Amino acid sequence: MKTHNNFDERFEFTGTAKTISLVGIVLGVIGIAFGFISGGDHIQRVYSNLLLMGYFFVCVCLAGIFFSAYNYVAQAGWSASLIRIPQAFAKVLPIASIILILIITAGLLHTHTVTENGKTETVPYLYAHWAAHGITTPGSENFDAIIYGKKGFLNIPFFYGVLIVFLGVYSFLGIKMAKFSEAEDTEGGMANYDKIFKYACIFLVIFGFTFPIFAFGVIMSLEAHWFSTMFGWYNLAAMHVSGLAVIALVIIYLQKRGYFTWLNENHLHDLGKLIFGFSIFWCYVWFAQFFLTWYANMPEESVYFYKRWEPEYKWWFWLNIVLNFLAPLLLLMSRDAKRLSNRVMWTCIVLIAGHWLDYYLMIMPGTVGEHRGFFIEEVFTFAGFAGLFFYLVMGKIAKAPSLVPKKHPFLQESLHHHR
Amino acid sequence: MAHHHESIIREPLMTGKDMTYARITNEILLPVENKPNKAWWIGFVVSALGALLWVVSISLTFWYGLGEWGLNKTVGWAWDITGFVWWVGIGHAGTLISAVLLIFGQNWRNSINRSAEAMTIFAVICAATYIVAHMGRPWLAYFTLPLPNQYGSLWVNWNSALMMDVFAISTYFSVSLLFWYTGLLPDIASIRDRAKGLRRRIYSILSFGWTGSLKTWQRFETVSLILAGISTPLVLSVHTIVSFDFATSLEPGWHTTIFPPYFVAGAIFSGFAMVQTLLLVTRKVLGLENYITMFHIESMNKIIMLTGSIVGVAYITEFFIAWYSQVEYEQYAFINRATGPYWWAYWSMMSCNVISPQLFWSSKLRRSIPFSWALSIVVNIGMWFERFVIIVTSLHRDYIPSSWAMFYPTWVDVGVFIGSIGVFFTLFLLFIRVLPSVAIAEVKLLLKTASEQAKMKQIKEGHLEPAEVQYYKESLTKYDSVDMADYEKV
Repeated sequence: MKTHNNFDERFEFTGTAKTISLVGIVLGVIGIAFGFISGGDHIQRVYSNLLLMGYFFVCVCLAGIFFSAYNYVAQAGWSASLIRIPQAFAKVLPIASIILILIITAGLLHTHTVTENGKTETVPYLYAHWAAHGITTPGSENFDAIIYGKKGFLNIPFFYGVLIVFLGVYSFLGIKMAKFSEAEDTEGGMANYDKIFKYACIFLVIFGFTFPIFAFGVIMSLEAHWFSTMFGWYNLAAMHVSGLAVIALVIIYLQKRGYFTWLNENHLHDLGKLIFGFSIFWCYVWFAQFFLTWYANMPEESVYFYKRWEPEYKWWFWLNIVLNFLAPLLLLMSRDAKRLSNRVMWTCIVLIAGHWLDYYLMIMPGTVGEHRGFFIEEVFTFAGFAGLFFYLVMGKIAKAPSLVPKKHPFLQESLHHHR
Repeated sequence: MAHHHESIIREPLMTGKDMTYARITNEILLPVENKPNKAWWIGFVVSALGALLWVVSISLTFWYGLGEWGLNKTVGWAWDITGFVWWVGIGHAGTLISAVLLIFGQNWRNSINRSAEAMTIFAVICAATYIVAHMGRPWLAYFTLPLPNQYGSLWVNWNSALMMDVFAISTYFSVSLLFWYTGLLPDIASIRDRAKGLRRRIYSILSFGWTGSLKTWQRFETVSLILAGISTPLVLSVHTIVSFDFATSLEPGWHTTIFPPYFVAGAIFSGFAMVQTLLLVTRKVLGLENYITMFHIESMNKIIMLTGSIVGVAYITEFFIAWYSQVEYEQYAFINRATGPYWWAYWSMMSCNVISPQLFWSSKLRRSIPFSWALSIVVNIGMWFERFVIIVTSLHRDYIPSSWAMFYPTWVDVGVFIGSIGVFFTLFLLFIRVLPSVAIAEVKLLLKTASEQAKMKQIKEGHLEPAEVQYYKESLTKYDSVDMADYEKV
């Protein structure tokens, strides 16, 4: 173990890494442009993919705040020396939020005509099932009594209210916590630690009560007739695993570049345990939702899974369980596996692909339906957002005054952490 | 983790001056090696009378059948299954403390795991009695097992969640018992080494020939971790299956998908409340203030607040989705809960489980022993009502208004429930007389690293951030077992 670490070291974000992330962004733009130019069903695919990645992007940044908040509240010692990484995610949340809101706005404004059951209607590309014109106007030929009953929640002003207020509050609290932590570096003492603790509690309470509503609105309402109480926690589990996987990947990347030399296999081991455990938890909520819907066999609920068992999705439906449950279960089961950076890295890559697929299965059947695809739009949009995320997060890490919270009261515990 | 880099701001897990390994053994074994005091006898007589009530009520049930209970055609499940789930839920804290907190390296569990695990075993025993009791013909209990038989196609119904329950709970009971007993081995050996005569013989057999060699300890650590790994999924599985009982078999079609994790959170919530109920009294009566400190009490209160809030999110989500679903039956089920004839049960549940734990945001209340104790009782009442609301309120008004009915318990219903509490306390009181209520070997691990005395030594040595030392001293003021006068000079 190295005994002397240079805590004044700064990260420089230049060269190939920067170029690759910019290439990713360009690919994303190309993918989106390709979809729009191709027209027809491709436009729907572009919107669905944008929503998917916009939501994924927001969720990973949110997971950064969630991770640092619960680590502070639980007085975790091991994570103190890596907390700057999730804090960088938090700083990117405002940008991610704006992008998500822009995507949703474009998807709501941009309409097209569809013919369903012999009836032609003009619907927006996103949230067609509740935001279509006249759907909640009694007497309109598009009128839908069930959606009319839900209009207290499913209406444009309230929807925007949820997006802006929730994402605004999450961003504010996340950035505040990161700033206090940076102030602690220069000021020392316990005052900043206390403030972070307090803000972390406030964040967790607000987040715990509001995140399910956020998931109900942004994702579940794509198929506005369908409902499941578990959906919020299911999304919470997906968000958490994705966030942990991205945190681990960023750490492994930075270590390969020669930074964060104070982190070792013990820290990776703890992250690995969380990834392993919460992947099982994800599968647990996935199964519980599926099982109870299957068991009750109520048409208004089981229709959701019927759609996902059509030939277009069935293969992907089961692959979801393989990637997000079986893969981490088998790859990270043993103690040694969690301590090998390459093993953790590959598992995290599988999990990020897996949770992309998980969101794909939440979004696509209710939007693109049988016109699903997996090529330019999907891969390039993913590349675009991955590039953007990498570019922004690395930028924030480079700008941070230090890579380690030098005066964190648990820093010594983290530096000498061993399992 | 307990090592010499532990931050000074971590609050001590053991208080007291001049603590030694010998003193720890002596203090914890005091009730085991001496005649019980008056408080114990009073508690025991009251509990045993309760247990007697249970014997009478359950005998009547077996003799005359389930007609002794207040069940009717519409409400075919009531206090019995409510009591069953209540006990299973309470049984969750033990495994959470022994397994999950072990995996997370939370060494404050060392002082409370023993009693919590014992409580788990006794609670699951109480729950198991309900399973047998409401079979109606308990002598046919073996029908729940998939045994080859000569009755043609008579076979257990694997599609029934109640069937899965038999397996979930028996697995849970076996693993919990194994975990508890394995942890007890070094402590039983300590009693053996100090005992004489027949007592020594008995504890000698019970200790499985524990030698205390390095190899034994190594195996002990390994087996603890393996059992923790096996138990962790069990914390989730048992109450998941229990939640399936209601999500799949109350009213045809009625369910909410959030049930499994929300039941698990509720179980941990009630389990910690019961640990608090027991330990706050045990701590005082057995003089364990140095081991079960204010930090432990406060931490448990925080978990009660957290799990109570999780349950609260689930309640609100259920209500919201019932409205959002726009399904008439779904909506009625919830409107009937809040405003129907059982509104008082619903609002008791809401105020006890969701609103009252929020009082623990106040550090003053969180650190008040009488308040914590009272709230732990409130939470247990609330969790009883939660199951009552889910079961009876869902059943009493089904799809056909002509079959709507109310449920009125008979004295036998009440007797079985109150009696089971008597059985539980009788077992717990016997336990603290014959086995150490705190894991001696495990709290000894805290002495050199996480005790007040070790931290005092660290402060005297210097080399610490003054701000952090000050922070630590301030945190000590809440302890009822720390003399702040000792800190004036250092």
